[in-house]
Amino acid sequence: MSDDTTGTNPETRAEPGTEVDSTDRMPENVPDHDGEQIGRRQGMFGVRGTGDTSGYGGLDRPVQMPGSTPPPYGGWMDDVAAALAEAARSAGVEAAVERVVVHRGEITFFVRREHLRALVARLRDDEALRFELCSGVSGVHYPDDRGRELHVVYHLLSMTHNRRVRLEVTAPDADPHVPSVVATYPTADWHEREVFDFFGVVFDGHPALTRIQMPDDWPGHPQRKDYPLGGIPVEYKGGTVPPPDQRRSYN
Amino acid sequence: MSSTTEAPDPYAATEAETSQGRVFTVTGQDWDSITQGIDDEHDNKVVVNMGPQHPSTHGVLRLILELEGETVTEARCGIGYLHTGIEKNMEYRSWVQGVTFCTRMDYLSPFYNEMTYCLGVERLLDIEADIPEKAQVMRVLLMELNRISSHLVAIATGGMEIGALTVMTIGFRERELVLDLFELITGLRMNHAFIRPGGVAQDMPAGGIDAIRDFVTLMKKRLPEYAALCNANPIFKARLQGVGHLDLAGCLALGITGPVLRSTGYPWDLRKTQPYSGYEDYEFDVPTRDSMDAYGRFRIRVDEMWESLRIVEQATNRLADLEGAPVMVGDKKIAWPSQLAIGSDGMGNSLDHIKHIMGESMEALIHHFKLVTEGFRVPAGQAYVPVESPRGELGAHVVSDGGTRPFRAHFRDPSFVNLQATSVMSEGGQVADVIVAIASIDPVMGGVDR
Repeated sequence: MSDDTTGTNPETRAEPGTEVDSTDRMPENVPDHDGEQIGRRQGMFGVRGTGDTSGYGGLDRPVQMPGSTPPPYGGWMDDVAAALAEAARSAGVEAAVERVVVHRGEITFFVRREHLRALVARLRDDEALRFELCSGVSGVHYPDDRGRELHVVYHLLSMTHNRRVRLEVTAPDADPHVPSVVATYPTADWHEREVFDFFGVVFDGHPALTRIQMPDDWPGHPQRKDYPLGGIPVEYKGGTVPPPDQRRSYN
Repeated sequence: MSSTTEAPDPYAATEAETSQGRVFTVTGQDWDSITQGIDDEHDNKVVVNMGPQHPSTHGVLRLILELEGETVTEARCGIGYLHTGIEKNMEYRSWVQGVTFCTRMDYLSPFYNEMTYCLGVERLLDIEADIPEKAQVMRVLLMELNRISSHLVAIATGGMEIGALTVMTIGFRERELVLDLFELITGLRMNHAFIRPGGVAQDMPAGGIDAIRDFVTLMKKRLPEYAALCNANPIFKARLQGVGHLDLAGCLALGITGPVLRSTGYPWDLRKTQPYSGYEDYEFDVPTRDSMDAYGRFRIRVDEMWESLRIVEQATNRLADLEGAPVMVGDKKIAWPSQLAIGSDGMGNSLDHIKHIMGESMEALIHHFKLVTEGFRVPAGQAYVPVESPRGELGAHVVSDGGTRPFRAHFRDPSFVNLQATSVMSEGGQVADVIVAIASIDPVMGGVDR
């Protein structure tokens, strides 16, 4: 690949005169001190097992999410972090926040699942926090994140202070249980049903955890990475187009 | 219930057994023939399944109503009939192709789906500050036109559902004009895939600005018709006022945003509170009402169309000064290389670009091929950049693992969230009020089920 002279990130831009390949400086290639490793990426151009003559076939790189950020986080984020620490202390769950990630101007609190319910109650009610609105709950399945395969992501909005934070809770595949936040945020009702439907995360304490999008008797949880997309090859003018999940992937 | 006619109806539902009592299948017969004999064997409670195919439920929405006489004691929604797995499909396409999928979610406000997804991708790419001004203005222009067309459908279908057919016909008449503008600018009436990560797909076409100005002039004449037809209409008011009540505390608890939230008097609008795409540069107001009912929401939608017209005018004036300016980021690793023009065969084409990649530069050909088939890589991380869609906060939670495809894209669709208010809005009211309450939420099932 040529030098990334029009690089998107000023920090990754190659300096004039240096011969550093820009791919070495791309964020997924820069080792992060404790970024969550969610897999490994091998080779390039999506070729596996057979003659990749480009010389890139031997590449083997970890795939890491952004690592935790040391304070200060800047601006209002420090206020929220301090207020959250204080709220966690008064709720008796000091260890609730596992780590904090600030990435692209968004702050993510990784919350231990056993403390989630106590923490969200404070997040909503504490005067300095006042996250009145739960924007949504989203699930993510990281099959290679051992012991933390299932992530549940909450986007909270404080209309009082005009701030947004993200909470992330993880659960292992073997024990896919996360406490429900419906008691604090009634809006999470359908969101949690959706995450259960698509990922199989069981929200303990949910008033009626049933499937919401898929039929009641549907086997499996479709948005998990081990659930196939499905599809059939399509013939057109003598050629055959394979289904999307069997086409060449460049990832 | 078996058919009352002698010849068996091949489309009638079959006899069904439940543990709860007899099942009556109603397919439009005389109501008296069905209710005959209910009284002697039943108490007054009847569970009615309304939908999923019913003209008054706004698409394929199933309502399960428990009735005592005409009063709704419990109302529940069944959704999922339009689930098409768009989010899952997006994980198997490149970042740019993702736009083609998410535009189909909430089909009445496609530009908003594209916008929130692209804003998320742009944040992960860290190119938010590099989006050209003209692309920003065109996005605002298209979104506000889209707000008008979406609100027109909300008002039109809402009117149709209570029997106000003229409201429906004039609503769709004006919406068609907006769709004509979309067709002129993007090439398609719906499902545009026009807003792309890094900017928009094409520059304004010749005559586009004049067409928009003509439309604004016409709309200023037509919008008062809605006020004249509905605002003081006694039947309209009797059907809407006080129906679908939801106060501010209820809205926040249930996560309700958009016109429903603003009908409680709270001027929360992301365009004002958390501006994106340069909304801070436009002059507009956030209309509110404090009636907390369906009538207030109707009035808010009409007022918002006026505000959208104001923004469209300002955006059009800015576009007129930006002729020839770029509409895509300068980064050639993200922006697709050619600006297409419609050729004689009706297909998009760029002869200059073809000449360049086929005749002049092998590297340009390789670059083009790789960018289009493989796509660009997006640094690992996650982003959530919501926008104010006609129905409320629409946000895409975009997760990347550093690859050429979205690792996960989840859409927080306002229709999905707002539909949760169905129970609290309609319980205790009459069956006819359920329809009005749902119409005032304005759910679009394509967005609810995705």
